[in-house]
Amino acid sequence: MERSIYQGTADYLVSEDLRNAVNIAMALGRPLLIKGEPGTGKTMLARSIAEGLGMPLIIWNIKSTTKAQEGLYVYDTVQRLYDSQFGDRDVSDIRQYIRLGKLGEAFVSEKQAVLLIDEIDKADLEFPNDLLWELDIMNFYIPETGETISARHRPVVVITSNAEKELPDAFLRRCIFHYISFPDEEMMANIVRVHHPNLESNLLAEALKAFYWIRSLPGLLKKPSTSELLDWVQALVVGGIHPDRVTAEIPFLGVLLKKNQDFDQVLRRLHSPGGLQRQTGWPGNVRSGIRN
Amino acid sequence: MFTGFFYTLRDEKVPVTPTEWMTLMEALDRGLAGASLSGFYYLARAVLVKSEAYYDRFDLAFRRYFDGIETSEKLAGQVAKWLENSLPPLKVDPSGRIPFSDWSLEDLKKQLEERLAEQKEEHHGGSRWIGTGGTSPFGHSGYHPAGLRIGGQSVNRSAVKVAAERRYRDFRNDDTLNTRQFEVALRKLRQLSRNDEKPPDMLNLDKTIDATCRKGGMLELVWDRPRKNTVKVILMMDSGGSMNPYARLCSQLFQAASKVNHFKDIKFYYFHNCVYDRLFNDPFCLVKNSVRTIDVLRDLDSSYRLIMVGDASMAPSELLMVGGALDWGVENDEPGESWLRRLAGHFTHSVWLNPIPEYMWPPVGERSYDTIGIIRGIFPMFELTVEGLERAVAKLKVSK
Ligand SMILES: Nc1ncnc2c1ncn2[C@@H]1O[C@H](COP(=O)(O)OP(=O)(O)O)[C@@H](O)[C@H]1O
Ligand SMILES: [Mg+2]
Repeated sequence: MERSIYQGTADYLVSEDLRNAVNIAMALGRPLLIKGEPGTGKTMLARSIAEGLGMPLIIWNIKSTTKAQEGLYVYDTVQRLYDSQFGDRDVSDIRQYIRLGKLGEAFVSEKQAVLLIDEIDKADLEFPNDLLWELDIMNFYIPETGETISARHRPVVVITSNAEKELPDAFLRRCIFHYISFPDEEMMANIVRVHHPNLESNLLAEALKAFYWIRSLPGLLKKPSTSELLDWVQALVVGGIHPDRVTAEIPFLGVLLKKNQDFDQVLRRLHSPGGLQRQTGWPGNVRSGIRN
Repeated sequence: MFTGFFYTLRDEKVPVTPTEWMTLMEALDRGLAGASLSGFYYLARAVLVKSEAYYDRFDLAFRRYFDGIETSEKLAGQVAKWLENSLPPLKVDPSGRIPFSDWSLEDLKKQLEERLAEQKEEHHGGSRWIGTGGTSPFGHSGYHPAGLRIGGQSVNRSAVKVAAERRYRDFRNDDTLNTRQFEVALRKLRQLSRNDEKPPDMLNLDKTIDATCRKGGMLELVWDRPRKNTVKVILMMDSGGSMNPYARLCSQLFQAASKVNHFKDIKFYYFHNCVYDRLFNDPFCLVKNSVRTIDVLRDLDSSYRLIMVGDASMAPSELLMVGGALDWGVENDEPGESWLRRLAGHFTHSVWLNPIPEYMWPPVGERSYDTIGIIRGIFPMFELTVEGLERAVAKLKVSK
């Protein structure tokens, strides 16, 4: 198997240890488990790997109801039953009712593919273990047709988790693991610049100050993440907001905070002694911000 | 020397298994560590450690084990020595590999011993470990006699120094795990019911068969609506000064409760030592940011599960006397005890979580200077621990 090395891509900033973890996982043919708060770039990493290595990306979004079996194949018995009643298709050919799932797709892909199993912790506890065998031996059997689907190329498997649930030990033992810490201000500045290359540096500095101040408040129901910051910066730019107003008023606060309770709390803190405007020496006391 | 690292990790309570250790051996054999200690640091961590909660312990173990080889000249000699002394990898043929079989520690030890004996005769001289002639795919962090580069940026920081920084101290499991375990416990608090808002998209097999048979074999599909959790929760937390030592614990519970998004509704209120005629919207307990307790009782029906969190420890007057409330501006015309009884009476399911260990509580109903005894007589009380929360959740599922 020819070995390609992931180097990162222009639109994705990757730390060296993360890059190494990717390459280690590929070299060992093991799934790469990426954990981190929402917005730390887990999903984006898989895109970047696919782009960087010129591989097709297959995304399997996991929901609370997703079953491991669906990743292999689904036998659409209901359709077949329907056809047997009303259709004019030949229902004896079962193969036409077998649909490959995402893992199956990745196995039969002409080119080696990147398979992203996104937010695995959404599924129930047994889900990861149920996938272990197929991920390891890289094939599965379809009893209905007597076919075995084997991987043409071992896909690069990237699995993400927001840590909503513990994952089973047997599964963890098979994975290469990397935890992406929430970016510090410097890293975050770089990430924002990737998305907004022409951003005025004053505005960026003020936006980051407000952003990290909000994140530091205790008791928020949902801390704003990178995605919200990027949207907010966009809003500030489009709204033509002067950097001075950013920390004083936090305009468009609704873009950063999705929960009303958090929104109210931040406004309250902002205008109370010791709020952000005190630290910045800004005397303004204007209530502002829009709710969306 | 090298297997010692395995035991140092175990000693620091990093849960490494022999399976993972063998994977590390395989990776080293393929030169995936590059030729540097920092390459080894990241490789070992990625392969052996499966939760950021153990990153800190890993750092501690790494520092303990590799300390003393952080200066560059020493490093050259030491790394060479370490590599020479390392155990040869187990040759794993990928096709012959048994998926996720676990090795027993005994097996592992035996194998390692055999290989060690083998090594003495052949003496590989370590070159294999140093990644065959630069085939190592890994970035700039190559071995550099004049010092190590890490992260491609900072020069002169050895892996040991990185480990010594203990950047992951905050993620130690003693902390993070708690939040998650709280969350897992809270998730058990559910009661499913039919949900008329969602589309009927769940096939009901029994009814389908029945209906189809009735139609003489003509397929008739019967769909149900998915069910959803109907449990509603109120969390009332004491934010008084005596709770300060438990602030962290409470914040973990709070985090967990706000993350569990499967409740039909969840409300948070705060109080200072005891509940009186007002409940507060945030931990600062200011009157301007409060609601009347009476209104809360009127607005929230009795099916809400009430979870009280507090040390239940106050001056008896605060609990038993009119006007006993500590805070200026809170005029309690009724003693706190009546308010607590009113809450317990209104909600059919309620519990009290107490961060003070259970063995320190006076018996139920004991009326002494220690108010815990009285409050235990009003609410079923559980310790604020993972186990206590589990028991409390079980209690909240059955009405009194
Ligand atoms: N390292 C990074 N480099 C560039 N953009 C990033 C990086 N990390 C996060 N982002 C941006 O932040 C947003 C959220 O990233 P995403 O991958 O969806 O996070 P996650 O999957 O961890 O929740 C995306 O818009 C992404 O482009
Ligand atoms: Mg994502």
